[in-house]
Amino acid sequence: MTPKGPRLNSSVLVSPAQLDQLLQLLIKRDYELLGPTIREGAVVYDHVTSTKDLPVGWTDEQSGGKYRLKHREDGAFFDFVVGPQSWKKFLFPPVARLWQAHRSDGLFEIVPEVRKPTKFAFIGVRACELHALSIQDKVFLQGPFVDPEYKLHRDNVFIVAVDCVQAGGTCFCASMKTGPKASAGFDLALTEIIQEGRHNFVVRVGTKAGADLLSQVSHEEASPAEVELAENLVAEAAKHMGRTLDVNGIKEMLYRNTEHARWDQVADRCLSCSNCTMVCPTCFCSNVEDLTDLSGQQAERWRKWDSCFTTDFSYIHGSSVRSTPRSKYRQWMMHKLAYWFDQFGTSGCVGCGRCITWCPVGIDITEEARVIRESDIFASAAG
Amino acid sequence: MIQTLESVIREHPFFQDFPEEHLPFITGCAKNVQFPEKHFIFLEGDPANEFYFIRGGSVSIELVIPHLGPTTVQTVGEGEILGWSWVSPPYRWHFNAKTLKRTRALVFDAKCLRAKCEEDHDLGFEMLKRFANIITARLDATRLQLLDIYGHDD
Amino acid sequence: MATMIENDIPQGLSLDPMIPQLYRIDRVRDETDDTFTLSLVPENGETKISFLPGQFNMLYVFGTGEVPISISGSPAVPSVLEHTTRSVGIVTKAMGLLKPGDRIGVRGPFGSHWPLNEENGRDFVIISGGIGLAPLRPVLYYLMAQREKYRKIVLLYGARTPEDILFKKELERWRGKFDLEVQVTVDRAASGWRGNVGVVTPLVARAPFDPSNTVALLCGPEVMMRFAIMELQKRGVPHDRMYLSMERNMKCALGFCGHCQYGPGFVCKDGPVYRFDQIASVFGKSEV
Repeated sequence: MTPKGPRLNSSVLVSPAQLDQLLQLLIKRDYELLGPTIREGAVVYDHVTSTKDLPVGWTDEQSGGKYRLKHREDGAFFDFVVGPQSWKKFLFPPVARLWQAHRSDGLFEIVPEVRKPTKFAFIGVRACELHALSIQDKVFLQGPFVDPEYKLHRDNVFIVAVDCVQAGGTCFCASMKTGPKASAGFDLALTEIIQEGRHNFVVRVGTKAGADLLSQVSHEEASPAEVELAENLVAEAAKHMGRTLDVNGIKEMLYRNTEHARWDQVADRCLSCSNCTMVCPTCFCSNVEDLTDLSGQQAERWRKWDSCFTTDFSYIHGSSVRSTPRSKYRQWMMHKLAYWFDQFGTSGCVGCGRCITWCPVGIDITEEARVIRESDIFASAAG
Repeated sequence: MIQTLESVIREHPFFQDFPEEHLPFITGCAKNVQFPEKHFIFLEGDPANEFYFIRGGSVSIELVIPHLGPTTVQTVGEGEILGWSWVSPPYRWHFNAKTLKRTRALVFDAKCLRAKCEEDHDLGFEMLKRFANIITARLDATRLQLLDIYGHDD
Repeated sequence: MATMIENDIPQGLSLDPMIPQLYRIDRVRDETDDTFTLSLVPENGETKISFLPGQFNMLYVFGTGEVPISISGSPAVPSVLEHTTRSVGIVTKAMGLLKPGDRIGVRGPFGSHWPLNEENGRDFVIISGGIGLAPLRPVLYYLMAQREKYRKIVLLYGARTPEDILFKKELERWRGKFDLEVQVTVDRAASGWRGNVGVVTPLVARAPFDPSNTVALLCGPEVMMRFAIMELQKRGVPHDRMYLSMERNMKCALGFCGHCQYGPGFVCKDGPVYRFDQIASVFGKSEV
């Protein structure tokens, strides 16, 4: 064990206790530790103080419109996939004040919000979520303008990723090429191995910061067999995805089917409840609210999460451009799978399956795309 | 250079591709005419036995509305056709046409033309085709005006 | 996607682009009974105003809200920012009550601009309707200031009634100049109006420009632009020489809030000025 820590891209082995030491070390270094915990029957991301706060011994069962946690006997720390929340809630808070203003004598001054540069440590980030983070980076950091709140925290996030060794019931990261193996964007990546009574984590080192942290915690080198086992577990998960999505030419396919009858069919089911946009790790729409107090002399501007499904989202000149569920669902799905390419150069979807699980009527984006593709009468003309 | 009636008619977009054999007759139905400003070319209810090519100036198509007074719903200017009520019975004008400024036009004897169109359906069809275009364009325009697109409710 | 014009990030926005700059109302002019023009000067005396015709600002009225309004003044005047708006909603109605000396928040300028530098030697046909003349007025100032660079310039303008015609004095002045053709039409008029009554479309059909060497700029209600484009097409103007200014719901103007999405683009950064061929596939499509 060298003082500088393991090499980049090398793999080491840690025990559950050693993993806990890692977490304690992050806390000592003033990181706000955030990870999966259980609340109200779901896995949500919240403050954790040790590995005890993780959903130890829990797994999830997901399908269209259904989410249940189930107990398991082997005491696994990470044997579930993703819950209704994503990491965007920390970098792009659901509710944030942007500034205050004070008025006197007809004039007013603006007081910008003072933002604390909190250091977040995200524990348990899945491969699909790493991709979601880089997708949101493109939105908030790489356009003509930079979101200061996002930038302030994004630069300092320490990420401990987790490879999925079991695919979720609605997962399709394999189709989207976003998982199940965490490939980039992490400081450390864990693969949990529970075998023959032994419980360990193969840890891949992603950055110097990750190596540095590891160097302070006792660990062993991971044997080639252990590394191979970890890789096999993840490869197996890739073969058992709950859903698939054919992404071949999907942008063009949707562009030529904006009037497909399927949109009417899904409109019959969609409640415009906006759950899909709330749980989606890449959805970024927001609203700006300007408020005053009763005196009318103090004003504030707030930013809040919004959804393209809300009634007034596209309101202009006396009515909403998109007022029907048909047009709203079409907008959401086409944005996610088609427009996003033109806007940001990638798909907006990472295959996490949340929108399928958390839709109260179980609308399945992969199913909608499949039906349209199979009845795409314009396909052959497009060549 | 003074243009002959025939050359004016030939050049007018309305008569583009008009069959040669009918042009002499058409020319025979036409006369040059001039109106001073604020002149009523025809009044609502008058017999509609002519139509006009406006060669210069401007004509207001107006309706008198009880509490609003005379209201212009359309203006017809240079290069445009004025009047299509001569096409269908009872051949009466539905609006007033009043010049906004000095206006010169070609006036066509529609009574004579109607009789000839009844006799010669080829000629009749050519005329009706062209008037259908004008009426369609006016209908489109009227619909847009009805929509009041610059109006309130933003 | 659509032409994204590279703009330098305006002064003061680099720190937090959601914080308005403070401006003072210098003048308020009533243009018609529901439309007014605000002339704004920056509170910070050093700020030089710089924008390109077609761009817009987000204007904030204390405690009430913020709306996107196109800049309607001359780009050559670095000391005053002009905005012309109809008084239609909560914010614009509150804006209409502001007086000289009052403070207003300004964020911007945002968005793409009309193509002026690239189009020397061409005819210009400018087609506007209603309040749509306001985002085009900076173009007219710009073109008039370098008149010799262009050939024929035709302005076609539709308004509701003669009382709703904007910028009457300026229109008269431009009409009085050589070589600027101004044709105004209204939807309806009481007697006494001696101008055109009817829609802008037939004016497009007859306007004196050379379709093979023309740039068309359009701004007004979408339905008006749709019919005007059909007329331009009939006359043979190609799609890549038609430009239109689009509008959608806007909250941030920075490409973050997502409200202004229009097909594959954001009106706040890919527009509001679009070259038509780049939106031809979505333009006029229902509920896009």
